[in-house]
Amino acid sequence: MASKAKQVLLRPLIDENPITLQILGICSALAVTTSLLPSLLMSLSVITVIAFANASIGALRHHIPTNIRIIVQMTIIASLVIVADQMLKAFAYESSRQLSVFVGLIITNCIVLGRAEAFAMKNSVGLSFLDGLGNGIGYSLILILVASTRELFGSGTLLGYTILPSVSTGGWYEPNGLMLLPPSAFFIIGLIIWAIRSWKREQVEGPEFRIRHVHRTEEM
Amino acid sequence: MEAYLSLFVRAVFVENLALAFFLGMCTFLAISKKIETALGLGLAVIVVQTITVPVNHLIYEHLLKQGALAWAGLPDVDLSFLGFVTYIGVIAALVQILEMFLDRHVPRLYHALGIFLPLITVNCAILGGTLFMVERHYTLPESVVYGLGSGFGWALAIAALAGIREKLKYSDVPDGLQGLGITFITVGLMSLGFMMFSGIQL
Repeated sequence: MASKAKQVLLRPLIDENPITLQILGICSALAVTTSLLPSLLMSLSVITVIAFANASIGALRHHIPTNIRIIVQMTIIASLVIVADQMLKAFAYESSRQLSVFVGLIITNCIVLGRAEAFAMKNSVGLSFLDGLGNGIGYSLILILVASTRELFGSGTLLGYTILPSVSTGGWYEPNGLMLLPPSAFFIIGLIIWAIRSWKREQVEGPEFRIRHVHRTEEM
Repeated sequence: MEAYLSLFVRAVFVENLALAFFLGMCTFLAISKKIETALGLGLAVIVVQTITVPVNHLIYEHLLKQGALAWAGLPDVDLSFLGFVTYIGVIAALVQILEMFLDRHVPRLYHALGIFLPLITVNCAILGGTLFMVERHYTLPESVVYGLGSGFGWALAIAALAGIREKLKYSDVPDGLQGLGITFITVGLMSLGFMMFSGIQL
């Protein structure tokens, strides 16, 4: 049992990462990754929401009628997101302004609904909680990786502290403006996927279409 | 009139929901392999977005905003914290009503949209449009224009991506980038292209 719990918690980190393999939850988060602090807050909110949503849905799984389950799940998730949003507004007002609409968008973040539907509806409260925790952390890993790359190379700082002194303040580093713009997030995630799949070969998708070398007779 | 036109162009190109704000990414990446399905989904998003943004605007202005319940004799009540749960409820209900209406009166469009209609409920672009409308304090006509423009922009982006991916499958992509990886890079380049519009002042 302990090994199953460990597996449920650890598999989503790399082997079944929600972003790079399951294509879940890319939506709401990428715009917040221009600097590290909002990404950390966003990760924390997502981990909390997904873990508790999974736990509550796991607890109610025998009582939710199947034909209205999506509405019930949405209501649970939306209530948890309201709590997270109000907490952020109360304790980190400045950062919550930066996150703007993206905290609210955790509701439609496919990870939360996806895990509720795929895992919490069939498993016990404890396991569902761990699954939520694992997926939340797997999502956060990618988010933090992207955010640190973008902040470090885009403005030469991390969490606001100068790491690479930029030219405008008398240092040597010329900030890469592209890193602060939306396209860089796509490139970085594309490259992360490439790196992970080169390491874990079994995640590679087969090509839809193969070019046949008809000229080379030795391959025919 | 000019202000509305400028808002529309901004919503379509400069502030494209998919390519500048990363909204609706899951469906954007998952359902963009064929042009026909992408067009169907795009059309559904335009319709739903044009209806939900103004409806949510009315609900926010007349029920949720601080002081909005003055007509009921409750001038101090501020229900804006109930926003999220209300908006998603409205979206889910509207999508359901639209589905029933189309099934009854326009069966051809209903069959063309098929499975995509219910999926739109969990598309972040729809909720995102509503939340931007609330955050930027649009008026009612502005929210109609914004809903139409942002939906159109999303549809344009997914149709373009589907077109690229239909050709892309014939190219020789490295193993690790196959599928999802190369799609991300493609979307990045498209996003770079759309940034060209950001300097336009109307």
